[in-house]
Amino acid sequence: MMRESSFEPRIIAFLCNWCTYTGADLAGTSRLQYPPNVRIIRLMCSGAVDPIYVLKADLAGADGILIGGCHPGDCHYQEGNYKERRRVVALKQILKDAGYDEDRIWIRWISASEGQRFAEAIREITVAMKEKGPNPAKSEWAI
Amino acid sequence: MTSSMPQDKEKGPVGAVLVVGAGIGGMQASLDLAEVGLKVYLLERGPAIGGTMAQLDKTFPTNDCSMCIMSPKLVEVGRHLNIEILTTADIEDISGEPGDFRVKVRQRPRYVNLAACTGCGDCAAACPVSRLDEFNGGLSQRRAVYKAYPQAIPNAYAIEKLGVSPCRNACPINQRAQGYLALVQAGRFADAYRTIKEDNPFPSICGRVCNHRCEDECSRNEGATPVNIMGVKRFVADWWWSQDASVCKPVEPAARPASGKKIAVVGSGPAGLTCALDLVRKGHTVTVFEALPVAGGMMRVGVPEYRLPPEVVQREVNDILAEGVQLELNRRVEDVPALLKQGFDAVFVGIGAHQGSRLPIPGASLPQVTLATDFLAQVSLRGQNGHGSIDVSGKKVLVLGGGNVAIDAAMSCVRLGAAWVGMSCLESRAKMPAHDWEVRDAEEEGIQVFPARTFKEVTQVGGQVSGVRCVQVDLHGFVDGRPDFTEIAGTEEVIPADVVIFAIGQAPQLGQLKDQLETARGWYLKVDPVTLATSLPGIFAGGDVVTGTTFIVDAIAAGHKAAGSIDRYLAGKEMKLEAVHPPVVELEELEVRQRLLSSPALQADRQEMQKRPAAQRRLDFAEVYAGFSEEEARAEAARCLGCGICSECLQCVYACRANAIDHNMPARTLELSVGAIVLSPGLQPMPGDIKPEYGYGVYPNVVTSLEFERMLSASGPFGGVVQRPSDSRHPKKVAWIQCVGSRDERCGQGYCSSVCCMYATKEAVIAREHDPSIQPTIFYMDIRAFGKGFDAYVERAEKEQGVRYERCMVSAVKEVPGSRNLRLIYATFGSDGRPTGHEDEFDLVVLSTGLKPTAEAQETARRLGIDLNEYGFAESPGFHPTASSRPGIYVAGAFSEPKDIPETVIEASCAASFASADLAAGRGTLTRQMVYPAERDVSEEEPRVGVFVCHCGINIGGVVNVPEVVDFARALPNVVYAERNLYTCSQDTQEKITRVIQEQGLNRVVVASCTPRTHEPLFQDTIRQAGLNRYLFELANLREQDSWVHRGSPEVATHKAMQLVAMAVAKARRLRPLQRGTLKVEPSALVIGGGLAGMTAALSIAAQGFAVTLIERQDRLGGNLRHIYTGLEGSDPQALLEDTIRRVSEEPRITVLLESEVVEIKGYVGQFQSTIENRQQARWEVHHGVVIVATGGQEIRPRSYSYGELEQVVTQRELEERIQGDFRQNPANTPESVVMVQCVGSRDEKHPYCSRICCTQAIKNALEIKKLSPRARVTILYRDLRSYGFRERLYRQARQAGVMFLQYDPENKPKVTRNGHGLQVELVIQPEKEKATFPADLIVLSAGIEAEPGNAALSRLLKLPLTAEGFFLEAHVKLRPVDFAADGVFLCGLAHSPRAVDETIAQAQAASVRAVALLAKKELTATPIIASVNPRLCSACGLCVEICPYGARRLEPGMKYAEVIDVLCQGCGACVVACPNKASQQRGFEFLQISAMIDAAVENI
Repeated sequence: MMRESSFEPRIIAFLCNWCTYTGADLAGTSRLQYPPNVRIIRLMCSGAVDPIYVLKADLAGADGILIGGCHPGDCHYQEGNYKERRRVVALKQILKDAGYDEDRIWIRWISASEGQRFAEAIREITVAMKEKGPNPAKSEWAI
Repeated sequence: MTSSMPQDKEKGPVGAVLVVGAGIGGMQASLDLAEVGLKVYLLERGPAIGGTMAQLDKTFPTNDCSMCIMSPKLVEVGRHLNIEILTTADIEDISGEPGDFRVKVRQRPRYVNLAACTGCGDCAAACPVSRLDEFNGGLSQRRAVYKAYPQAIPNAYAIEKLGVSPCRNACPINQRAQGYLALVQAGRFADAYRTIKEDNPFPSICGRVCNHRCEDECSRNEGATPVNIMGVKRFVADWWWSQDASVCKPVEPAARPASGKKIAVVGSGPAGLTCALDLVRKGHTVTVFEALPVAGGMMRVGVPEYRLPPEVVQREVNDILAEGVQLELNRRVEDVPALLKQGFDAVFVGIGAHQGSRLPIPGASLPQVTLATDFLAQVSLRGQNGHGSIDVSGKKVLVLGGGNVAIDAAMSCVRLGAAWVGMSCLESRAKMPAHDWEVRDAEEEGIQVFPARTFKEVTQVGGQVSGVRCVQVDLHGFVDGRPDFTEIAGTEEVIPADVVIFAIGQAPQLGQLKDQLETARGWYLKVDPVTLATSLPGIFAGGDVVTGTTFIVDAIAAGHKAAGSIDRYLAGKEMKLEAVHPPVVELEELEVRQRLLSSPALQADRQEMQKRPAAQRRLDFAEVYAGFSEEEARAEAARCLGCGICSECLQCVYACRANAIDHNMPARTLELSVGAIVLSPGLQPMPGDIKPEYGYGVYPNVVTSLEFERMLSASGPFGGVVQRPSDSRHPKKVAWIQCVGSRDERCGQGYCSSVCCMYATKEAVIAREHDPSIQPTIFYMDIRAFGKGFDAYVERAEKEQGVRYERCMVSAVKEVPGSRNLRLIYATFGSDGRPTGHEDEFDLVVLSTGLKPTAEAQETARRLGIDLNEYGFAESPGFHPTASSRPGIYVAGAFSEPKDIPETVIEASCAASFASADLAAGRGTLTRQMVYPAERDVSEEEPRVGVFVCHCGINIGGVVNVPEVVDFARALPNVVYAERNLYTCSQDTQEKITRVIQEQGLNRVVVASCTPRTHEPLFQDTIRQAGLNRYLFELANLREQDSWVHRGSPEVATHKAMQLVAMAVAKARRLRPLQRGTLKVEPSALVIGGGLAGMTAALSIAAQGFAVTLIERQDRLGGNLRHIYTGLEGSDPQALLEDTIRRVSEEPRITVLLESEVVEIKGYVGQFQSTIENRQQARWEVHHGVVIVATGGQEIRPRSYSYGELEQVVTQRELEERIQGDFRQNPANTPESVVMVQCVGSRDEKHPYCSRICCTQAIKNALEIKKLSPRARVTILYRDLRSYGFRERLYRQARQAGVMFLQYDPENKPKVTRNGHGLQVELVIQPEKEKATFPADLIVLSAGIEAEPGNAALSRLLKLPLTAEGFFLEAHVKLRPVDFAADGVFLCGLAHSPRAVDETIAQAQAASVRAVALLAKKELTATPIIASVNPRLCSACGLCVEICPYGARRLEPGMKYAEVIDVLCQGCGACVVACPNKASQQRGFEFLQISAMIDAAVENI
């Protein structure tokens, strides 16, 4: 696949209601500017991010997927973020084994007061996904 | 409601509270009180709630948008069922006692009906009156009809009207002179004409021949000349008639059903025609009978053409006829009462006074002697059939009489070619009834005046008049209408004349009426003065026939009055109406002068209309005066002072499609019955010119901080662009001058305003955000960043955001001519106080003006009987926060002391807690429950989605192309409706959404606006009001997550917005209604911490009827208070401690557990279960509904200045113990020299915050030492002296007592060194860097406060966040200072942040009322966002049971599928992910809903 300089990756973010979604709001109230490539889906907890959502997004052609939750120990539901972390590790391994690019899946702990960190995470993932180029999954499925 | 009924003593206190002032404090108090079950009256002086906070752009230290965080609160207050908002209201009077007050409230008219107003703003667009917009600091203009700010609640306009203007009041027909002057000034001539016509069917006529009493009363008479109102009116009328028909289209009269009644009007003068027109407009059939061949009465045949051209009269008569009045000319009615028999239901007689009179002197009946009335009529009708005039051409004419009619007759003779014209009258020249200018005009035209004469005979020669024989008189006056004079002997003469015209008075030609109706002296008809009814029912009369000759405008007034009576008579109603006397404006001289200064146009001289020269006007009957030109008229109109503010021009009434405007709205007086009062009237900024040396009001580029705040605001006068008022140039160098009207006894403001240092820093930071090239400098004395997170904020501003701080005194600001830049002259001071002068130039100067109470608030306090301090604040006594001098009345917010928003909110809740405790027995007695309409069953319906996209002012709309997003949304599947709103959260939009849901049959709603965290509940409630389940709602976050973060790329942001809307719609289509479960509340509280905060909260909760478990880690209650011995201003902390402990021990509802800690907390709001263990390992299980965290803090143990090594180095707390013990008992032991070092442990790397209390503590202890030993030398070494609020008084006292204050630099901290046997402190003196030493017998370290180390453990147990410094972090630093994000857990005291004793009490009280609001509910509604199980899919594998952290899953042997225990489920969704069969679903976040969002997110649009 050719890498085009104009390529704008599409990133889907699954954010927990209490920390990262609020952090994303704070980035807004602080008027921090970050690339417009992310589409946020709010869930109550990062532990509620079903691997199937991640797979679905990946296979549907999202170029990057971000899972955002509270810092370890800060989970509003005690340990949802830990559960998610284990799942993501497993999921990435499975994807890798199946020949998919597991590096399109990101997980970040961003608190409600870390608007700056959220903006940085989006910048980082956007640059990385630009580097990587479009998700081939979509075109492969199209065959 | 029963609120106005007196309360029966035995029934307990009245369950209602009056909150006065609806700023953030008043709103918070209202919400708290309403939530505990009390009815709230929220009284506000202005037209909208919101207070000063609404004007702020951002709030420190989080830079939150003030309006954004406040707006949901505004709406919540506006929507709350048990808060009744009374705007434009003031307290008049109070009686009664605590628990049962009666308060008289006067509500000024708003002139806009709140229920009908939609807030659309059409009225403001129509209003011609501009006012400085006080909301924007006077930097922009608004209309007299206005809404205070876009998000205002109530969302309704209001009219600023002082009353009826004097001109209007002086006019018999209440002509709206100010109204049409305002419109003419604006160039709106057609609108002006409509306004005139509203009250006057004869604008062209009254613009020419009125006696304009309006001008007599004009406020411009004060030291100048009145506005030429008549001239402007004439201009408007002539302009109207000069336009073609497309412009001068008369207003379509409102549809009027025909009444079927017939009315006859006898006489077509101004009274008759006015009456006829009014009656036709009311739907009656009217016929006017006129004896003459022309209509108009005296206007047509009494006023000569050169004053009033006949065509001008005719056009206005025609206008009246065009509305359907029937006119029969040449119809003299001889028998008026007969008209009633002929089928007329009523008759109006307006026949005027056309009968002239002549003196009974010899020769009076000669053919060449005539009457002025007849003569003028003949002149007017010359050329008409059968009407020739007496020939005066080439003759000598003498007119007898000195009034207007005499002048008219004389001047007509001149124009008819008389050889000579004279006038003679009884009055002297000075006392002639005609205006002096008229007499002068006459003389100019060659008319000879013979005043002060009595006439003996009209002399004749052979039947031909030869002259009038007269004698000069000395007129003393008139007795009963008869002249009283003395003839002057030897003055008899004959004035030669060929024609004599009597102009000595006229009377009605009553004819038969004289016998048919009651008359006055047989001359005039007698009528009821109010109704104008004559002695015969059905017959009314008005005008000259009743009053004798008066002015046209009086006749018009009579016509209006009679029409009203006749209409009521025909309807069988009482004819007399209750007289309404609206207030009339009387401007004080000062006010007139102030208004004059506001505009140069106002100061212009009066203009007169152009008059033809006498030589020309003698020649013909052409009009003497030319009207104004457009420019002249506008300039003359611009001289109007606008006395009433609202001009009553009625344009708003015409514009308002909701019929919401009522200019006659009366003021109303209410009597409220309340149990307590919370006074929170807020503050006002000090005027900028309080320090004249800074040039505010003189130099345009010197602004106040509030003005600058509005300049920063995106919704402000400059759209958020920082620019100079003088030239709109973007300023680079901006200076803030602190303490303008604060800490300054010279201007009577000896206190610190507490907020200015922080708001100036914030303004500087935000200004640089707007324009990074701005270089801000803050000129200050001390930076007082004493609140939570404030020091870090200032630090960032200085180190990272380029704000320069200059410690100095600014002595003057001078404008630089030409550039209009400003030169600041200031002095910096060395540590020893030596000044160094400086100057610096700036583009813009912002004055950080202090805060003071408003005069109105002080007046209210006076009426409530509340004492104020020397500065006019209702200061609360020590340890009694929010108490006033009158029991039952509490004071919250800046009215008791200047303070910032969180402190105000805390005090508001504190005051609410006291009121709530006072009225605990009345809770729930006067409140109502929300009744929602039944929920519509949408399960069988196809999704019908409505999408509402918000502009959010320019927050979204300035970046995202909202119309495009709406178009896009409209095309999405199942979307049946899409539209955009300026502010979707405004009350009118809420109502609109409700309406649209019903009209369009929507069953899913998507709002694309801001974050669901703040606004989802509001919109959910809105759709619930419309009968939809509240969970059929979805928000798309276009602001925080799109427009605000992609400001530079509007196209991409628009695209993203579309996709976010598509995702929201995708989810919304699949939403299902959810039901909320209810949750019982355990009616008790757990208070953690037995210090002052904990005890206070416990006592307050217990006092309101709930059980409290109070646990304390130590072996006794009291916490830090045990170490405080002296309070401020003589208060006694130890007495407070003892008293509080005693009350706790006596309170049966409080269980105290000492040496105890919480080891486990389970459950959630309403249903906590805690395990408490004491030192002896005894354990208690406690069930409670709420938790209050009051774990306190501790004094920092200094690790410098040889503390702990040298016994002469102590902390303030230790000093206090010594003062209390040793020094007091043996004053001789008081050390001779004491050096105090501030900020030891505070404001450093380990504790990067201000401990708030140490400065005050040091001053307090210094004063104590001085008291014990006045000789003692006390030196305080400080960084910034932070004696905020009234603590500044103590600082001043200390300086007066000789305490030395020396400032040190954190880079060069003082050093403790030995000096022989003693100690000394070494200090680097700024700026010379010299060293100075201070011998010290005692060195006192102000050690500050640090967080309780145990906080970390408790934060884990309760899952509560901590700040980096280890204090607990509240839900929101501004508006939720005592709440946590987690429901049911509250925070107070030092666990929150360092604070003083009264502040701790206030916060503890605040926490208690928040807790009581939950406890009082008995039952809470639980979130329905929980897991559910589909039994058909469940394989009972048990994975969900394993994974659930709350034990909310149940799968027992024998069960075929797992169950969810609803109240325990917290909705985390872990089980959903764990379930291999997808049998578990999370409500509101179902698999298909999220999948649809993913699809929409990756779809190419």
